Amino acid sequence: MVQTEVSAKQLPLLSVNDLKVHFHTDEGIVKAVDGVSFDIMPGKTMGVVGESGCGKSTLGRTLLQIIEKPGLIDDGSIVLRSEDEEGNPYEIDIVNEHSNSRTMRAVRGQDIALVFQEPMTSFSPVHTIGNQIKEAIRLHHDVSEKEAQDRALELVTQVGIPNPAQRLSEYSFQLSGGLRQRAMIAMALSCEPKLLIADEPTTALDVTTQAQILDLLRDLQQQNGMAIMLITHNLGVIAEMADDVVVMYLGRAVETGNVNDIFHSPQHPYTQGLLRSIPSIYEKGIEKLPSIKGSIPHPFNRPSGCTFRPRCPSYMEGVCDLNDPVFLDIEGTSQAVACFLHHPPDGSSTNGSESA
Amino acid sequence: MAEATVETTNTTESGTLLEVNNLVKHFPIQKGFLKRTVGSVRAVDDVSFSVTQGKTLGLVGESGCGKTTTSRCILRAIDPTSGQILFRKEDGETVDVATMPYQPLRDLRRDMQMIFQDPYGSLNPRMSLFDIVGEPLLVHGMKSSSERADRVAELLRLVGLRPEYMRRFPHAFSGGERQRIGIARALALNPRLVVADEPVSALDVSVQAQVINLLQEIQESLNLTYLFVAHDLSVVRHIADEVAVMYVGKIVELGDTEKIFANPKHPYTSALLSSVPIPDPSVRQDRIILQGEVANPANPPSGCYFHPRCEYATDQCKTEEPQLELIDEGRWVSCHHAKDLDLTGLSAK
Repeated sequence: MVQTEVSAKQLPLLSVNDLKVHFHTDEGIVKAVDGVSFDIMPGKTMGVVGESGCGKSTLGRTLLQIIEKPGLIDDGSIVLRSEDEEGNPYEIDIVNEHSNSRTMRAVRGQDIALVFQEPMTSFSPVHTIGNQIKEAIRLHHDVSEKEAQDRALELVTQVGIPNPAQRLSEYSFQLSGGLRQRAMIAMALSCEPKLLIADEPTTALDVTTQAQILDLLRDLQQQNGMAIMLITHNLGVIAEMADDVVVMYLGRAVETGNVNDIFHSPQHPYTQGLLRSIPSIYEKGIEKLPSIKGSIPHPFNRPSGCTFRPRCPSYMEGVCDLNDPVFLDIEGTSQAVACFLHHPPDGSSTNGSESA
Repeated sequence: MAEATVETTNTTESGTLLEVNNLVKHFPIQKGFLKRTVGSVRAVDDVSFSVTQGKTLGLVGESGCGKTTTSRCILRAIDPTSGQILFRKEDGETVDVATMPYQPLRDLRRDMQMIFQDPYGSLNPRMSLFDIVGEPLLVHGMKSSSERADRVAELLRLVGLRPEYMRRFPHAFSGGERQRIGIARALALNPRLVVADEPVSALDVSVQAQVINLLQEIQESLNLTYLFVAHDLSVVRHIADEVAVMYVGKIVELGDTEKIFANPKHPYTSALLSSVPIPDPSVRQDRIILQGEVANPANPPSGCYFHPRCEYATDQCKTEEPQLELIDEGRWVSCHHAKDLDLTGLSAK
């Protein structure tokens, strides 16, 4: 599906390494992102999946340095590989940039763009769609009003908005949910970003509209060759769109890997439980739906050791509660997991499942 | 369907708990200083279906298709514009909820209860669990506090919460637990019909499965009948015996869940099914991408409401409105070409 040939030498577009984003609130520290590492390859789609409170949205915002207060990047690195105007490659570590620095402002929109879940609240209601798209273009490119207008028209046409010229002069509240999301995507694409972060882009939409938007994202990726980081709680959307997947739970990545491996042979008990608990659309459930016991703990009551331990069917006393699992590759697969079933704390690696 | 309205004497057949005939709800659009009615939103436009005692009817459709309005009309939370809502009481008598006077309706509400979508908005943060779950009991005449406490404890146990939590307030509970509280409240008066409006769509996947299981367990043990309003088709397939698919205020297809999912007869149902993302990367199927947007219920298109988006539309569809017709055993479809179309559904591979 994706045109970009991935050679062995190709460097990731973005490398996130042991990223920690903590919110220092009066009540205590909320570890929204607590040691997450992954790479995004150019032209590929990385799916970030997890339930509410797992830190997936904070992760997306951190890549753009737009974390809400009192959140701070406490540790880790986010290396972005880009090219300057002459085509010379360079690297920047987003963590080291001040959120309001010139570099960071150039990265936003130009290198990395973001599509939010709620297109209604992400547009200004007092400016027309066209003016908002033009603003984004003129912030990054030295073009005339007329050129920006033409480019905006081209963009809204590209994302499949009917009557594009008329829609440009309308306000966000005059558009339906699906059109608003298309306009949001048009704005995000205005500076041809190399990475598009889509944070729950279809959650507020109906299934038939969701299918349209996912189709659009796929087409645009084929045309522009941009990478997409797709943040969602919907495993169906991930299965459909992603090349690689990061599964998050309570701020930590519990499993990463190729989309086929993750869905066909999940290794972490959380991924396994999550996949089993979705009712199948193919057949009537006669039996009880397998579910994960308990609920997601409150961020102030994080369990010690492995955060999934109180809900885990394979919980090992004396192991899982005393040590933090380390994120390690599973040999012979594309996957990496943070689970003692696969990597006992003494360091010797077994392939799991014999003890439960 | 006009002929069905005259048969008011027709008592619902045995086993049918709820029968809805030609239900219509129009909301007026008012404009100007004098609030003149300039038009109406046809939220529910001639809807008929029935639900069998102890079974689950899934009402599916996209936002704005009228599924919530239909469910609210059935409970008389809003008054329908016209139509019949026949409910069979425990003593076998059939009553029309749509035209019932206030006092008997109040008593009837014991039999029909609702579970809401939003577990945060539907529980009063200033009321303890005892007050929340005990309120329907108090309203319906259980004055003794200790009796209520016993019943609340029993209900909390039934939905998997500890009775000791009775004096706590909703903020202390997670989304899934709050939804259990909402279920306990709905069950307080031993209802026979439970209208569940998107009861699991606000929950996380891992918690959603628990609540679905709970709903099925209590259905079995209490012989409840569900009207299950949802947009998540995989949840509906799991829980519903029958499905009614709605589009712009009308039912376009109604029938057995298995048959509809495996072999849809209405182009909209087929498109809806094909839009669902399947959590399996090896089935990245060719989907039917519907063009355009859902029609505006204040200004619906002529003929079949679905025709501007339908790839099979003919001239007949543009002018003539299709009726919901029985095309197979227990299978109702509202499409001029239902019998000729060969549509793809979803079946296990």
